[in-house]
Amino acid sequence: MTLPRWSWVLAAAAAVAALALAGGAGDGRRGPVLTVFAAASLTEAFEELGARYRGGHPDVAVRFNFAGSHQLAAQLEHGARADVFASADLRWMERVARLGLAAGTPSVFARNRLVVIAPAEGSAAVHTPEDLARPGLRLVLPAEAVPAGSYGRRVLRALAEAPAAVGGYERRVLANVVSEEESVRGVVAKVLLGEADAGLVYRSDVTPAVAARLRVIEIPPSANAVASYPIAALAASGHPDAARAFVELVHGAEGRAILRRHGLMPVPDTP
Amino acid sequence: MRDAGHRLLIGLGLAGLFLLLGLPLGAVVTRVPPAALLARMGDPALLEALRLSLVTSACATALVVALGLPVAYLLATRSFPGKRLLEVLIDLPMVLPPTVAGLALLLAFGRAGIAGRALAVAGITIPFTTIAVVLAQAFIAAPFFISAARAGLGAVDVRYLDAAATLRATPGRTLLTVMLPLAFPSMLAGAAMTWARALGEFGATITFAGNLPGVTQTMPLAVYVALQRDLDAAVAMSVLLLALAVGVLLSIRLSPTWLGLLDRARDRRP
Repeated sequence: MTLPRWSWVLAAAAAVAALALAGGAGDGRRGPVLTVFAAASLTEAFEELGARYRGGHPDVAVRFNFAGSHQLAAQLEHGARADVFASADLRWMERVARLGLAAGTPSVFARNRLVVIAPAEGSAAVHTPEDLARPGLRLVLPAEAVPAGSYGRRVLRALAEAPAAVGGYERRVLANVVSEEESVRGVVAKVLLGEADAGLVYRSDVTPAVAARLRVIEIPPSANAVASYPIAALAASGHPDAARAFVELVHGAEGRAILRRHGLMPVPDTP
Repeated sequence: MRDAGHRLLIGLGLAGLFLLLGLPLGAVVTRVPPAALLARMGDPALLEALRLSLVTSACATALVVALGLPVAYLLATRSFPGKRLLEVLIDLPMVLPPTVAGLALLLAFGRAGIAGRALAVAGITIPFTTIAVVLAQAFIAAPFFISAARAGLGAVDVRYLDAAATLRATPGRTLLTVMLPLAFPSMLAGAAMTWARALGEFGATITFAGNLPGVTQTMPLAVYVALQRDLDAAVAMSVLLLALAVGVLLSIRLSPTWLGLLDRARDRRP
């Protein structure tokens, strides 16, 4: 080992510089940073809500972490710091609340319904939910382990029990499944690319960016399973007032309008 | 004094690497008690995913060796215009995020893809089939075999090749009787790395082949789906996957030793 002495000085300088950079990242702000953990299906709606929030609280920076509700719950459970948690599923919010991580009682702010999607161009095979049973159709569902997947299977069962249903509907639909995607966004991608003839997703997944390239086929309300989205400020928040203000915005008239625009059903409006 | 510094540096490196690699792997292995782990090994869903993983990764390795060996030979023995470009092209799958690789495969071989449309006319559809899994794995894992085989073939001493040439051996004969046997250990190591990478492939598979139990749901996909419902099931699968990988990688590390022993035994024969 004959490293020249200056190499140590250089290494030390590099280490100091790296630390300074790491410490300085995100420090070009004046006020607090509000960290919101939100389900992936809320991405577009919450980004708009975040912009609106900044309009009313110019001193607060809003930062989002969008992922599957189960992943967010696991991150919170293992010590991730956040101020607000919005889940696509009551189960994961209940888990977070049971661990004492929520400040106060979580409240449901929106609901979501499932729809059938098909490519806007090309194959015109699917016009009604009944068409999903047509032999040879390539259908993509969310995996049963993700909330949309278990809702989806409940919808198929309900459709099979409808008086007008064709015989063996559920079995015939499931025989058409070519893939069980790990997220609803995966289903949207497969249908957008034309690889699948139809898919089952949340209404809110038909975002403005993709709406023109997709055909939406509604499922009758009697057979539709409804997902509930709860939100809560978190106990570990360093800015409880800012966190509460965000939750209030989501529940408020302005927030409801934004949610509705993104295909969600804000709660006070839902029957 | 310098020696102490030397040892300190090595010690720090070892400790840091242990924290980074050893600790997380150890945490996965020890998360579920061995008895509970064994009880889960008989789960039909796990066995189905395991069978599919073994079959597809073996097919992908065979495909990579069959297509990659001629290219490795070309790169090791010839120089030609565009050689550097070809090398970069072959290395690209290692850099590309696997999800993008899956999308690229869809855009090429999907129903609406460039080659996919022609295939569809012939009645062949690739996405959502087991073949798509093999293609995704081969795409991602090919560079490992090609670069190892190329290095192995390139390292063969030119004097042996000259000797073969003086004995009027054709290039094909030289390849078969001189180059391939000498480069065999590196090719074996490369093939094993390709197999291991194919076994762990996730992103390209789920994008290109989708996720259907028994058809395209390999072990990594099954682990990801299980993670959303049953943590211990996901851990059990991961441990099995790790054990397989350790088995294969360890046997490669040991193989030069026994290959060497084999050669020596052969040399001793009259």
